[in-house]
Amino acid sequence: MFDFYFEIPLVIRLILQGLAVIMVIFPIAGACSMAERKVAAWIQDRPGPNRATVPWVAWIPFLGKFLQRLGVFHVMADGGKMMFKEDSLPGHVNKFYFVLAPIVAMIPALTTVVAVPFGAYFDAAGKLIPLGLAPLDIGMLAVFAVSSLGVYSAILAGWASNSKYPFLGSVRASAQLISYELSMTLAVLPVFLWVNAPGTEGTMGFARVVEFQSQPGFLGGMWFGFLMPISAFIFLVALFAETNRQPFDTVESESDLVGSFHTEYGAFKWGLFFVAEYSHMIVGSGVFMLLFGGGWNPLPWVSLATAVEFLGTFLPFAHAPLFVGILSIAIFMGKVLAMIFFFMWVRWTLPRFRYDQVMKIGWQKLLPLSIANLLFYAIAIALIQK
Amino acid sequence: MAVITVERKPLTFLERTYLPQIAGGLKTTFKHLIAPKKTLEYPEQRPAIPVGYRGVPTLVKDPNGREKCVSCQLCEFVCPPKAIRITPGEIPADQADRAHVEKGPQAFDIDMLRCIYCGLCQEVCPEEAIFLQNQFSMSGYTRAEMVNHKDRLYELGGTLPDAHHKWDKKKAAEEHGNTH
Repeated sequence: MFDFYFEIPLVIRLILQGLAVIMVIFPIAGACSMAERKVAAWIQDRPGPNRATVPWVAWIPFLGKFLQRLGVFHVMADGGKMMFKEDSLPGHVNKFYFVLAPIVAMIPALTTVVAVPFGAYFDAAGKLIPLGLAPLDIGMLAVFAVSSLGVYSAILAGWASNSKYPFLGSVRASAQLISYELSMTLAVLPVFLWVNAPGTEGTMGFARVVEFQSQPGFLGGMWFGFLMPISAFIFLVALFAETNRQPFDTVESESDLVGSFHTEYGAFKWGLFFVAEYSHMIVGSGVFMLLFGGGWNPLPWVSLATAVEFLGTFLPFAHAPLFVGILSIAIFMGKVLAMIFFFMWVRWTLPRFRYDQVMKIGWQKLLPLSIANLLFYAIAIALIQK
Repeated sequence: MAVITVERKPLTFLERTYLPQIAGGLKTTFKHLIAPKKTLEYPEQRPAIPVGYRGVPTLVKDPNGREKCVSCQLCEFVCPPKAIRITPGEIPADQADRAHVEKGPQAFDIDMLRCIYCGLCQEVCPEEAIFLQNQFSMSGYTRAEMVNHKDRLYELGGTLPDAHHKWDKKKAAEEHGNTH
């Protein structure tokens, strides 16, 4: 049915796939900005933005009103406004680096998606084939390497803005990102120690991690979040810090830094920073779900294969690769969106840490904890897998 | 005053990790997330106006539909920001139903850009003719639009119940041969 697709030259196919993924991430990032406002409103007992509407949608009897109340058209209004605003370039900035910074923010944020598998299907032989732009064997390393490039955008933006608050903000951002990267990396090591058992082919890829969480049996079907709760917790906290989300919001703290490194930015260039932040959140949530949340497995101890088997009892097309692929992507996206909701929920619950507290938590609490955690699991895994 | 020394307990380990507090906070915010909304959606939903609310000042008519204002100008004199301007006038002789009314304003303007909603005009009025009623939003595109003229003031005010029926009593007294 889809043979024509595989006859297209590989380069064009990859470009099409890449565009398809970007076409999904961009609207999700936009929708997240709306969701953020809605969640904020609901938590504060307000209805949230619910006025903007488009005439021909408003005429649809029930759905039109529902979409309006949901604030869907505010996203479009906001985005449209961003497009048509004057893209000002302040006179006192270093123009080249000022323009470069949002681009440098956007590129790593979208590039990390390449290494993240977002679904899977079973081929004719029953083998699990992960769906992703590039099924890299070094998945985790690639994500760490590329996403840490994001710090350059903060540094460049703060430095090129040539003014006080952006500079302070970028110094904070770079210090914070570097501090929490250590604990984050140490927190995922036990997972890969466990996955790379002696005698197996070594890998840093995500697909194997998910495969490990979908084995039969009590321990096999257990997600790594249950098996290594401390790792998951450290990774989660570090993820909040890496994505500059509350309570590690010191980088952007409006009350003392105006708007941090994007103070001098406006219109579309600011929008790029904004989308980059949400893309980081989406990819970060995806990585968390792959490592600790079972990836595309619907429930703990219920793997995708089991779910497909169960659906196959009353759905004739349940074993079709297309259906399995869409099902797994839906499960994975559902988990990622739940994670993003959690980000927002935390944001509207906690006040931000002071900057010295952020540093203290990072270096004096999380880092020793992650080292102890690594040692514990290294010894435990060595004893179990010898 | 006795000094009470309060013993400050050291934080427990769990409290120092800050996690139970975070969980408690998340629980609270989640309750609010699903709780009914407290906001009034303004143009469609209006707030209930409490009794004694001081809104836009208006002129009212008596139950017979006559102007109550006799243009004594007390409100004009008492008005702190000088928002009220009254031009006193006589009652025309051809209006039989107003024959016993002493006087009436020829023009009555309240400049709502000056008015401070203090309610002194209502308090000072001997005829109970001016009331600060429930209207709370006044807007206009020009300064002229923000001046309420006499007809507009009566339109806003309407008719309020009256306990005194002053002009009816005066008419009855006159018919009995008393001047008052």
